[in-house]
Amino acid sequence: MARAALPGRLGWQRGRVVDTIEETRRAKSLVLDLPNWPGHRAGQHVDIRLTAEDGYQAQRGYSIASAPEDDRLILTVDRLEGGEVSPYLTDVIEPGDELELRGPVGGYFVWDASLSGPLLLISGGSGIVPLRAMLRHWAAARPPVEVRVLHSARTLDDVIYRDELMRRAAFDEVDVRIALTRAWPDGWRGHRGRIDRDYLNGAAWPPRHQPRIYVCGPTAFVEAAATALVDNGQRPETIKTERFGPTGG
Amino acid sequence: MSPISRGFLGRRRRADGDPSRVPPGQYVTDDFPVLSAGPTPHTPLDEWSFTIDGAVKESVSWRWEEFLGLPAAQVTVDIHCVTKWSKLDTSWRGVSLDTLLETVETEAEYLTAWCDGDYTTNLALEDVLDGNAWVAYESEGGPVHPEHGGPARLLVPHLYFWTSAKWIRGLTLTPTDELGFWETYGYHNHGDPWLEQRYQGD
Repeated sequence: MARAALPGRLGWQRGRVVDTIEETRRAKSLVLDLPNWPGHRAGQHVDIRLTAEDGYQAQRGYSIASAPEDDRLILTVDRLEGGEVSPYLTDVIEPGDELELRGPVGGYFVWDASLSGPLLLISGGSGIVPLRAMLRHWAAARPPVEVRVLHSARTLDDVIYRDELMRRAAFDEVDVRIALTRAWPDGWRGHRGRIDRDYLNGAAWPPRHQPRIYVCGPTAFVEAAATALVDNGQRPETIKTERFGPTGG
Repeated sequence: MSPISRGFLGRRRRADGDPSRVPPGQYVTDDFPVLSAGPTPHTPLDEWSFTIDGAVKESVSWRWEEFLGLPAAQVTVDIHCVTKWSKLDTSWRGVSLDTLLETVETEAEYLTAWCDGDYTTNLALEDVLDGNAWVAYESEGGPVHPEHGGPARLLVPHLYFWTSAKWIRGLTLTPTDELGFWETYGYHNHGDPWLEQRYQGD
């Protein structure tokens, strides 16, 4: 039976870890040298494959944290306790080690600087990773598009890319608003508590501004935020979501 | 050949059930992760209908109560998501696509499943007939939760789970194979987990 013809093949390629960056107690970025990387769009991910000495293999997907314009591909991995792959990537792998991956994968949850409308990025925890690729892409391309980041973390120490976010916020490049759900430093002026319907009603642009909305985080976070946005009148087709569940790692 | 990942042991000694039931590159989970490209739609049941149209002599449509009155099947199947998790022995109740497609006359060989939230997926008829696919409205003895595709979702367990379209509202029969949502974004046009057909060209 004739099937629609499709081009291309997403083959496995080898890269080398050239640097690691401790982002938080749980999250680590891997900076990779990939001689055959074909380029990517902000928001895409890769599949990683690990191989044990006896040939056993495990695969998982990880979001790309770097912009298409960055020199190196960066992945940021959140360590899931009891996970099979993420603890290896956060605790064992070192600069100089080889890593096998293929990608980029996923073409829907992507943002491109040619797109119109204000850009609203909403993340919980390590959901910030693909949004950081978009943020860096925006900073490199400088389109006339307003950007706002609404990020939720347990504590300030759990905010991945905290320095980078604060720097962009301090220079008024980007409106960064951080919500802390568990504990707050003295004098914390950001939101205290979850990103909920009331908070989104005030923090999101009204629907008539036609924001492009990207929501990424744990399933419960994304379900709550996306549902609240729709209830607040945002059009569902303007909201792109990426969820990660309690499993994986 | 793949390079050895220095110091990687893996978790293969975990009780992952019968290894002959886990396709290559998959791991078994007891959770039920959620993957959706947009907000979860919440269509009230009194506005719900299921339609078969396209290359058919006469299209057919059922309202929710009518759909529940169709001959139903109870199935227990393993499901496999392209994001690497597999879940064994999931139980569902729904209407088989054999039952649904018996009601229309067609010479089409393909269909597009369409859904609330504008999701689509394309399937060959040979992949959904002969007891291979259902429109399921019960999961583990209760209603299908909206996050997992309720009120009704497609269930095509022998293919990666993106073809088991959530929030399904109808089937459009097509003479030619027309790419669906994820198929357009680089996922494989068939999606057999045992052949590890994850992405285009696999």
